[in-house]
Amino acid sequence: MKALLVRDIKLAFRAGGGFGLGLAFFLIVTVLVPFSVGPQQALLGSIAPGVLWLGALLACLLSLDRLLALDFEDGTLDLLVTSPLPLEGAVSVKALAHWITTGLPLVLAAPVLGVLLNLPPAGFGWLVASLALGTPALSVIGTFGAALTVGIKRGGLLLSLLVLPLYVPTLIFGAEAARRGALGLDPATPLLMLAGITFATVGLMPFASAAVLRMGLR
Amino acid sequence: MSIWQYANPVKFLSLSAKVQPVLWVAAGFCVVVGLIWGFFGTPDDFRQGSTVKIIYLHVPAALMAINAWFMMLITSLIWLVRRHHVSVLAAKAAAPVGMVMTVIALVTGAIWGQPMWGTWWAWDPRLTSFLILFLFYLGYIALWEAIEDPDTAADLTSVLCLVGSVFAVLSRYAVQFWNQGLHQGTSVPVATGGRTVSDVFFYPLVMCMVGFGLLFLALVLYRTGTEIRLRRTAALRARAGGNV
Amino acid sequence: MFDPHILSVSDLSVARGGLPVLAGVGFDLVPGQALILRGPNGSGKTTLLRTIAGLQLPLQGAISGADDRIAYAAHADGLKSMLSVTENLLFWAEIFGYPQIDPALDAYALRPLATRLAGTLSAGQKRRLGLARLMITGRPVWVLDEPTVSLDSSAVAMFADAVRAHLARGGSALIATHIDLGLDADVFDVSAFRAQTNARLGASDEAFL
Repeated sequence: MKALLVRDIKLAFRAGGGFGLGLAFFLIVTVLVPFSVGPQQALLGSIAPGVLWLGALLACLLSLDRLLALDFEDGTLDLLVTSPLPLEGAVSVKALAHWITTGLPLVLAAPVLGVLLNLPPAGFGWLVASLALGTPALSVIGTFGAALTVGIKRGGLLLSLLVLPLYVPTLIFGAEAARRGALGLDPATPLLMLAGITFATVGLMPFASAAVLRMGLR
Repeated sequence: MSIWQYANPVKFLSLSAKVQPVLWVAAGFCVVVGLIWGFFGTPDDFRQGSTVKIIYLHVPAALMAINAWFMMLITSLIWLVRRHHVSVLAAKAAAPVGMVMTVIALVTGAIWGQPMWGTWWAWDPRLTSFLILFLFYLGYIALWEAIEDPDTAADLTSVLCLVGSVFAVLSRYAVQFWNQGLHQGTSVPVATGGRTVSDVFFYPLVMCMVGFGLLFLALVLYRTGTEIRLRRTAALRARAGGNV
Repeated sequence: MFDPHILSVSDLSVARGGLPVLAGVGFDLVPGQALILRGPNGSGKTTLLRTIAGLQLPLQGAISGADDRIAYAAHADGLKSMLSVTENLLFWAEIFGYPQIDPALDAYALRPLATRLAGTLSAGQKRRLGLARLMITGRPVWVLDEPTVSLDSSAVAMFADAVRAHLARGGSALIATHIDLGLDADVFDVSAFRAQTNARLGASDEAFL
């Protein structure tokens, strides 16, 4: 398990591994927002939590199609299936590696981008908290989508189509928590709902992902 | 004798051939009579005027949009547990019908909403939920199209339907939490435990709902038959190819 | 030494693309034995090997003695081009819980390449690395699909030596190949087990006939 985690993280950092792509994408999307809606500070401040959540979600989505497809193409998945590692564990670890290399940097970068979008001072803590709590769910749900589309050539677009509707509850509760935090309201309810979604998906989705992966490889 | 014998594709085809004519006639009768009765046989609403009559399309379509997904959920489960081809092909056949019903519900809703609420679209929980349902249908159909091996496609789409159902319910509550809406409560009597519309409007509405249900059934039977024949052709061709 | 179980295949039918290709396949593979699968292209060798390795389900029949005992290698070696030779091997060694990679490096003369990235290796060198992986699985039954593709004659000799050493330790090997490896091995010709086109073997689409 640890070997797989270390390997995936190592691969992400090596040339062509795609580490930082999600982060760069997040930055660019955030920079483009004022160009599209105008530079009014008040407007930017009020949409900042939502924009940052959406940007993080799309940045997460960006690297999903490499998550399992590369291992499928070079035969690693076949070998992993015949290895002593339970497939449920393997997909959980791969989702964790995805979160460490994609989700975590996004969480850390979000406050900096919050400054660019004039996020109210009260919102920073809640934005980071909601992203830290919600992005693991994005990685785990995304892994399920990647498992569904693993054998499909050019499955990237289909992957987005399948995963985005599944992201709706996470996005709603995550962005709502960040928004309430920024407005100085009590964000406890959406945060708790978000935590519920994250724990449930982290606990249950790997079983669905592994089942789907077995069906797809057959 | 058990119900599962109709899970055999050939038996299913012969039964469906017998039932279909009756279904089509009954569905046509109910829809036509229900709509004519609704459009011309009922008075205008004192507040909503004649726009209220779109209810006879909107409510049955919305009802079937949800029921179609529910049916797909059940037939997908049957496929995963008992591996009956007819079951999963029925789910595949129902998806586009359900998607069209969703679109009808959304479009008629917009047409109804414009004079009532003064806007074509509002991010009301019910409308938003239907939009999300539409996306789920889209993903389900796209996944079927993308996978070459029919059994793998059946497996993966079935799991997607199951997981999607959970997330659809979750989205429903998330959306409700996110925005309290404009939409009136449901008009479907079983859901409310009583009637919310008066008798004059209610009977033609029931007629339309029954008609849409029968129409859905007939369409699904017809489309399932097509899917079965496609698979049968493929199976025969594959074996003929082996002889050459 | 490995556990002395026999890999036993009986009355096995396998399908490719939903159609039966082989039917009634049966053999025993005892410790110390190598079995060479032969048959023309498309005869179902790969499908048979994948089924035995547990990567797909058989239509009919039974396989015993395969659970957690098989090391599988096929055309794709599962190598990561951005990891070095050692890193690739160490990864699989950790996954299979095997203590050392040195014997594997030596057996395929990979030591001079140890720090090179796998992506910079030639096709034959990659193949050697892929085969070296088998030695660090610690699994007794090697199931190999065309293992000698893109190997030169000296590398083929390395491979044959590795198989011999594996057999001597009580392992066994099931190899689909067209070339003569110079092994003392039995030959199993799958073309005798070709499935009849219209045979009812439980293929998924038979319900539609």
